[in-house]
Amino acid sequence: MIETELSRSVQRWCKGATGVTGAAKLSGGASQETWRFDIVHPDGPIGAILRRSPKGYGAAPTRAAGLAAEAQLMQLAFEVGVPSPRVMHVLTAEDDLGTGFIMQRVEGETIARKILRDEEFAAARPLLARQIGGILAGLHRLPQDKLPELRSRGATQEISEFERDYRSLNWPKPVFELALRWLRDHDPGPSVETTLVHGDFRNGNLIIGPDGVRAVLDWELAHLGDPMEDLGWVCVNSWRFGEIDKPVGGFGSREELFAGYAAAGRKVDAARVKFWEVMGTLRWGIMCGGMMQRFREGPDHSMERAMIGRRASETEIDLLRLLAPRGS
Amino acid sequence: MQDEPTPVELTKSVADFLRSDITPLISGHQAFKLRVAINILDLVTRQLTQEEGSAAKEVERLRALLGIDGSVTELNRVLAERIAKGEVDLATPGLAEHLWVTTMDKLAVDQPNYASYKRELGRNP
Repeated sequence: MIETELSRSVQRWCKGATGVTGAAKLSGGASQETWRFDIVHPDGPIGAILRRSPKGYGAAPTRAAGLAAEAQLMQLAFEVGVPSPRVMHVLTAEDDLGTGFIMQRVEGETIARKILRDEEFAAARPLLARQIGGILAGLHRLPQDKLPELRSRGATQEISEFERDYRSLNWPKPVFELALRWLRDHDPGPSVETTLVHGDFRNGNLIIGPDGVRAVLDWELAHLGDPMEDLGWVCVNSWRFGEIDKPVGGFGSREELFAGYAAAGRKVDAARVKFWEVMGTLRWGIMCGGMMQRFREGPDHSMERAMIGRRASETEIDLLRLLAPRGS
Repeated sequence: MQDEPTPVELTKSVADFLRSDITPLISGHQAFKLRVAINILDLVTRQLTQEEGSAAKEVERLRALLGIDGSVTELNRVLAERIAKGEVDLATPGLAEHLWVTTMDKLAVDQPNYASYKRELGRNP
């Protein structure tokens, strides 16, 4: 039982802690897991989250920054005031829990549809697009000399990488080809400025409360690159969950996002944001294709994975709406 | 010729059974998986009903666009190659329209509740 290892671990680094209770797995594939638990403490229980790769699954997939880098980024973000959980402990061999880290649990909602529809968030919703602009500006300003080692990716490399991923699927899709051509024709080249890019900043990876964004999660795709990538990705239609007229995560307009970003002292390049939105739409479409391939060839023969394969057409219609819009 | 009920009728009967009789008995993660299973059967039913007609029209459009004959898979492969090489693009008469009709036909099977699809369905092309 994981509680035995967790109890031993917390007693080593959390002063006064006597053990843990209520450990429950929140999500997890074969290589990465998220657990919630409470640290038993004389001052009252402390909510915590464990993110780990179990023993024997140390190697991160090629695009991922790795859990150690993730922990470092979250702590750095926390220190400069970007909403983020505080990292409490980075796992060591002594913990016998695999690799990963333990962080403070932030209460709130991550399920996009609830955030977009429940009454509880009604007051926060109209403020979120602008707030997200400010958060992204803070994130893009994280001091580069303190960042962990991260891969560096510009627009040109990303196009080539996605093209390679798509071709490896052997899945001829005229709309994806059209998008690849468009991306090559509109490749903005290296950005004026290279910053930290979160890489998966979107509705679904944010903990939101009635007061707004409380934490930015899932830093595993963080890299160095064009800051406009994050602004484009948060606008991809797949993350609007039906609220298609509110490009920023279904919350609000690009203008509000850009205003929040500018108010925090950073410049927006709208053409680059559009480029990254097209790129992001294609990126999710190719990922759907990857799911189909893994369903067909891999060990995960789940219905969920199969059905994600049939969501690639959602990105095709969104690409057409971006690249070949029809009259009203 | 195979006997009846047809595959559509058979698939529908299973989906209806799961929806009406099994759904009330199940909760939690299994209920989520059951919903996915029902969605799959509904998708299969839509495809069995619609594919024959839409694929035939797709082949017709592709033959006109490419000037060659072949199966729907072969013709899609050729179109993809020609777009990749830059021989065909949005300025090519008929391409945008073809891609729109084809994509709308796919969404009608895959995700008829997708908001972008519903929006485009209400538009006069």
